[in-house]
Amino acid sequence: MSNPDGVEVQKGLALRVESRGSGSALMSEHADYGPGGDPRNIMTHEGPVLETRDLSIYYGSAKTIHNISMTIPRERITALIGPSGSGKSTLIRAFNRMNDVIPIAWCEGSVLFNGEDVYAPVVDAVEVRRRIGMVFQKPNPFPKSIFDNVAFGLRINRYTGDLAGRVEQALRVAALWDEVKDRLKDNAFGLSGGQQQRLCIARALAVEPDVILMDEPASALDPIATGRIEELMQELKRHYTIVIVTHNMQQAARVADFTAFMNLGRLIEYADTQKIFTGPDDERTEAYITGRFG
Amino acid sequence: MSGAVDLRSGAVEFDVRLGRRKLKGEIFLWVCFAATAVAVVLLAILLVDIMRQGLGRLSVDFLSNFPSRFPERAGIKSALFGTIWVVAFTGLFSFPLGVGTAIYLEEYAPKNWLTNVIQTNIANLAGVPSIVYGVLGLAVFVRAMSLGRSVVAGAATLALLILPIVIISSQEAIKAVPPSIREAGLGVGATKWQTLQGLVLPIAFPGILTGMILALSRAIGETAPLIMIGALTFIAFTPNTPLDEFTVLPIQIFNWAARPQAGFHELAAAGIIVLLVALLSMNALAIILRNRMRKQV
Repeated sequence: MSNPDGVEVQKGLALRVESRGSGSALMSEHADYGPGGDPRNIMTHEGPVLETRDLSIYYGSAKTIHNISMTIPRERITALIGPSGSGKSTLIRAFNRMNDVIPIAWCEGSVLFNGEDVYAPVVDAVEVRRRIGMVFQKPNPFPKSIFDNVAFGLRINRYTGDLAGRVEQALRVAALWDEVKDRLKDNAFGLSGGQQQRLCIARALAVEPDVILMDEPASALDPIATGRIEELMQELKRHYTIVIVTHNMQQAARVADFTAFMNLGRLIEYADTQKIFTGPDDERTEAYITGRFG
Repeated sequence: MSGAVDLRSGAVEFDVRLGRRKLKGEIFLWVCFAATAVAVVLLAILLVDIMRQGLGRLSVDFLSNFPSRFPERAGIKSALFGTIWVVAFTGLFSFPLGVGTAIYLEEYAPKNWLTNVIQTNIANLAGVPSIVYGVLGLAVFVRAMSLGRSVVAGAATLALLILPIVIISSQEAIKAVPPSIREAGLGVGATKWQTLQGLVLPIAFPGILTGMILALSRAIGETAPLIMIGALTFIAFTPNTPLDEFTVLPIQIFNWAARPQAGFHELAAAGIIVLLVALLSMNALAIILRNRMRKQV
């Protein structure tokens, strides 16, 4: 759980580092940077935003993820593909410590976020999850108004700026504002499935993450709603890093810059999306993308 | 496809007998219908009998008079007020204890053998005869804690009695909150407590409240444990403080029904009507609250 390449990282502070430079529509002038002051003045991260080193995940004694080492490049879309049970969801949930809620799940190796191990004892999973947002398979808005869905994360993280303004920004970035601006007080369950999923994206964006993890975000949506989510992802990658798990290989081919093929808990091949879909090195990858197994 | 067996060779014959299979379904339907009908008819007979006897006695005077040796002057004021006092305090005691226990068991308790033992015992406690709680209340609240035969002693006893029901129904309500909501909360950086307090509990609250009201409607009809702790059967005053002595509706009804004169039997029937109305309105309140809050969330 140490830093193998010896980079000095200030524990606890690095997670708060604003690393996207300027340009995020959601970048806040009011963010609480803690005692270290505004870290944008101190350090800017280069290199991958996420990196796993020899990561293995167990459910009880069953090893479900086998020694995966991979890097997730900044401000790109990385897709995880593979057959059911290949460990895609388990892996993506390891990035923001969402597996912590499963009592029997535990892991070995490390997950580095901006160079810092998110599983280090000094790191709080709550802060990790704010910086690495998540969008789930089935749209899961809170049973609250549209406004309160986005505002929830801001309130619980004690956002001190203009709440309504930031909710609007998040909804605009998620391409939902024009559809909901006249009914912000309505219950979120009144939205269509696609709108609900964009609301969930807005909710994640509002708390200023660097990374957005999407676990099959369009699998419950119709093709038109799926198309809108994919367009949105292309917009978002200008400022955010996106990791997406998908069962839909056309989707991976359409949206992802990089694609990782997983099978039986192992990372089989990880390369440019172009290469994975046109000339994969591994025959299992080729078999999967041509529909011969999985 | 490896198997080469021809399923369509016509070699197998089916003994269809569709009519007979459907008849079995019909018979089962009627057996179930008969079972329901027996229950409904018996309840109707009971209600009609009570109404016939008691309706004549129901009046404002009946509600506002204290008990009396003369049936025509007797009323249930002291029992009605006693019931309201006792039920209010029972709710006050059992709500925080029951809901707190449910939240601990559902959200925080480690999943180990000890938790399992506690969980199983709570379920078993729900089946313990109420007189046993009366003995416990007498020993602990009336004597050891020197609360006397007071409203608080009675309410504390009934609170223990309904605690298992409150805990179990609250647990069910908390369990019914979909895991996806918790994940969504944690996903935006909420702590466990923030997820619980801001998302899970508000969603579970209508269910918790419904369980609470239904548990109280059980408490309202309990007689044995209150007799055990020494609730009075004949008082001509209403409680002014929680430490006053009291009586409740079912005890008053029991007292009247045990007397030989027909006049008192009519009073008992009228008391039963009052008790039933109280019960039905509590259950109705539970349903109304639940529906209204479901709409709001």
